[in-house]
Amino acid sequence: MPSEGAWDERHPPPTELLDDCVHCGFCLPTCPTYVLWGEEMDSPRGRIYLMAEGHDGEPLSEPMVTHFDRCLGCMACVTACPSGVQYDRLIEATRAQVERRFPRSARERALRSLVFKTFPYPRRLHALRPFLRAYQKSGLRLPLPAKLTAMQRLLPPLGPASPVAELTPARGPRRARVGMLLGCVQREFFADVNAATVRVLTAEGCDVVAPSVQGCCGALSLHMGREDEAVRFAKRLIATFEPLGLDVIVVNAAGCGSAMKDYGWLLRDEAGWASRGAAFSAKVRDVSEWLVELGPGATRHALDVSVAYHDACHLAHAQRITSAPRELLRAIPGVEIREIEEAAICCGSAGVYNLLQPQAAGELGARKAANVAATGADVLVTANPGCLMQIRTALADRGIPMRLAHIVEVLDASIRRDPTLLGP
Amino acid sequence: MSATTSALPGAENPGNVALDGLAREFVAALGPAAVVTDRVQLRTYECDGLTAYRCIPGLVVLPETAEQVGYVVRRCAQSSVPFVARGAGTGLSGGALPVATGVLIVLSRLTAVRNVSVDDERVVVEPGVVNLDVSRAVAADGYFYAPDPSSQQVCTIGGNVAENSGGAHCLKYGFTAHHVTGLEVVLPDGSVSRFGGLAPDPPGYDVVGALVGSEGTLGIVTEVTVRVVAVPERVETVLAGFRSMDDAGEAVSAIVAAGVLPAAVEMMDTLSIEAAESAVACGYPAGAQAVLIVELDGPAAEVSAELAEVEAICERAGAFEIRVARDADDRVAIWRGRKSAFAAMGRISRDYIVQDGVVPRTSLPQVLRDIALLSAESGIRVANVFHAGDGNLHPLVLFDSTRGETAAAEAVSERILELCIEHGGSITGEHGVGNDKKKHMGRMFTEVDLDVMQLVRCAFDPQSLCNPGKVFPTPRLCGERPGRRTGVHPVQAAGLGEVF
Repeated sequence: MPSEGAWDERHPPPTELLDDCVHCGFCLPTCPTYVLWGEEMDSPRGRIYLMAEGHDGEPLSEPMVTHFDRCLGCMACVTACPSGVQYDRLIEATRAQVERRFPRSARERALRSLVFKTFPYPRRLHALRPFLRAYQKSGLRLPLPAKLTAMQRLLPPLGPASPVAELTPARGPRRARVGMLLGCVQREFFADVNAATVRVLTAEGCDVVAPSVQGCCGALSLHMGREDEAVRFAKRLIATFEPLGLDVIVVNAAGCGSAMKDYGWLLRDEAGWASRGAAFSAKVRDVSEWLVELGPGATRHALDVSVAYHDACHLAHAQRITSAPRELLRAIPGVEIREIEEAAICCGSAGVYNLLQPQAAGELGARKAANVAATGADVLVTANPGCLMQIRTALADRGIPMRLAHIVEVLDASIRRDPTLLGP
Repeated sequence: MSATTSALPGAENPGNVALDGLAREFVAALGPAAVVTDRVQLRTYECDGLTAYRCIPGLVVLPETAEQVGYVVRRCAQSSVPFVARGAGTGLSGGALPVATGVLIVLSRLTAVRNVSVDDERVVVEPGVVNLDVSRAVAADGYFYAPDPSSQQVCTIGGNVAENSGGAHCLKYGFTAHHVTGLEVVLPDGSVSRFGGLAPDPPGYDVVGALVGSEGTLGIVTEVTVRVVAVPERVETVLAGFRSMDDAGEAVSAIVAAGVLPAAVEMMDTLSIEAAESAVACGYPAGAQAVLIVELDGPAAEVSAELAEVEAICERAGAFEIRVARDADDRVAIWRGRKSAFAAMGRISRDYIVQDGVVPRTSLPQVLRDIALLSAESGIRVANVFHAGDGNLHPLVLFDSTRGETAAAEAVSERILELCIEHGGSITGEHGVGNDKKKHMGRMFTEVDLDVMQLVRCAFDPQSLCNPGKVFPTPRLCGERPGRRTGVHPVQAAGLGEVF
């Protein structure tokens, strides 16, 4: 038995949280990697076991790290666990330790560095945009390594950029003053979703405040164990939104929302920031959650469309929001909601997982696409840009023609009586 | 993807040349992704759902087909290497506890539903198929698979066959044994046999009957033909809150006496209710010392009549709140509390032992009073969740190992089993004997009884390689004549064999 274990003293996966696991196995069937491979060490129960082994003297070895890396962080296990194991806290602590202490190969380092030097920086993404667009339009496909190919394939068709105004006043009587997170990928690659969000919120009587310089929320960094970077991003976002006198801060990307709701915890060691973080988090709402809380004001016009609703993991499992989006869709006359088989299983997007683990992500994407197609619905609706990119690619790979939309785009179409959602 | 192989087991266990050779062979035949040899990975397989017993397997193999299972077993047999089968690892008696010098054969990749024939009421599945997935496969046709262990969304059919698993609805529908009509099995020498099939009641010995509940000691099933049954026309679920366990027990007796055969009758005491509430907020009647869940199913007219009767009986027995599930969602919510109860104990206790025993239904009140007394005397809390209809108790013995309560808890747990035996019951209803309860077998069975079972086992597994060390309390040689012996066995003395 080696004498030194995997973890150092700075926030190791806490033993008291590891002890909560009673090894019942209820997490297994909801874990995407267990569903794919049927291996104990690629299940939440097995990963918890590995974390405990790390306390028990086993070193942070390549095999151990491999299984942590393969976790999508979808948190379906947290929903499934009857013992209340906080796997989210455990994997977050584990990833931070891995990131700080495990030496990765030069190739892995280069890829991660590329991802983290672009994705969380809207201005860098914006600068890249014209090149990417030209590249897409050219039809050229460069021979790239597998993981970069994954990145290229996931890129949605890019239209012209359309910035959101810093202040868009409510239409009709004002019911609330809301901040809006523009997001990084959302802002640059899904500008239509942001535009629809503003229209829906204003139609529902919200003043929408969207600082043009707001940076990244830190979700990607946090979920990849880059704790210090996440802390930096969080502080900047809090400082940006804090002075604006907002009732709530609305987020239309599930991954971002789940990180922002946890700032109090993220900043727990930062002098003077923990309470600011908690206060900020208390104001954060996913757009579906907020619209249900607000109650419908604007009239919903009929959309004669069947909708397969895909639960984004960071909405359903991390934020426990499953009924609000369905409630919003049901309130639109003519909309028929179809449930997707294996709804709890991740589509494989999981932040940048589809870039770092393209094979597993591809298999999960294919599985999701088959289940989505089996609904026979006209439109796939979800609430996260990552899922939209992943499922779009997976459907296209299988030659399945289906429209995809963010839930606010459906609401926007209904409120504006705009049937283009159903068009070709 | 591949299971990372950094070191072959020869490096970890220098003496174990046989395993080292097998590992290389299996990698060559099944591919590196099917073989686990790294210690940190092997350790994740060191226990099943019962973590009290742990043993790092010498080697883990994850075959994908029945042929591969046959190959792996054959090579083990030829090399005299012991092997243990494992499914989802949810067992609660240590039945899948590995052997340090052996191979753990994990069947979680054999997940195909091979054939669905609702007109014959049959589904043919591989052993790694999850119990609930059998019901899902026939749900659209209006059928379901009746045996429903509380872990049904996780546990696999192979494990269900090994343990003859039951569940809440076995009161009316019977155990796994009543729903398996055919098996394909890899025998411990690696040969493949098929017993039974789509048709009921084949001639000859009931080998399927012998295999079901044999706890993985007679072979490894690679295909299971199960009977599915039509979803009943109507289902009603009653949740009744009582002020005492005695009152609830009285209601159960009265229901049975009235000639009603519910699909399920489940009882939970106040500690179990507390745990379930904190886990899934199931909304059971506030302040209840006991809740009873009674599920009735069948033709609509019959169920309505029985529902009225059950409600009246509960009321007479002193139920202070009676709720009938409004719809399917409500029914799921009622059951969620019951089904999560075991795992939810983690919310109210650091450690716990899930006990499993059976008593004649009429002894239930007395045994429960004895358990309460035992708990009061020892200071060890005991929560009770059980299938009241068939006297299958699941006492959950709660303790904190960091406060030195382990020994006291184990003593209470063992004493509960003794109570079951004293009342003419059994040491396990459905969790199996495995590693955990083999020491009690001698109290339930005579030497002759156990010898008969050993002879059956030796007929299948003369080398004693298949899940060795489980079920039986005393080691015994195959080929040995039943009966008591003293001193060293002559075969052993001659160096011709080892006692197992």
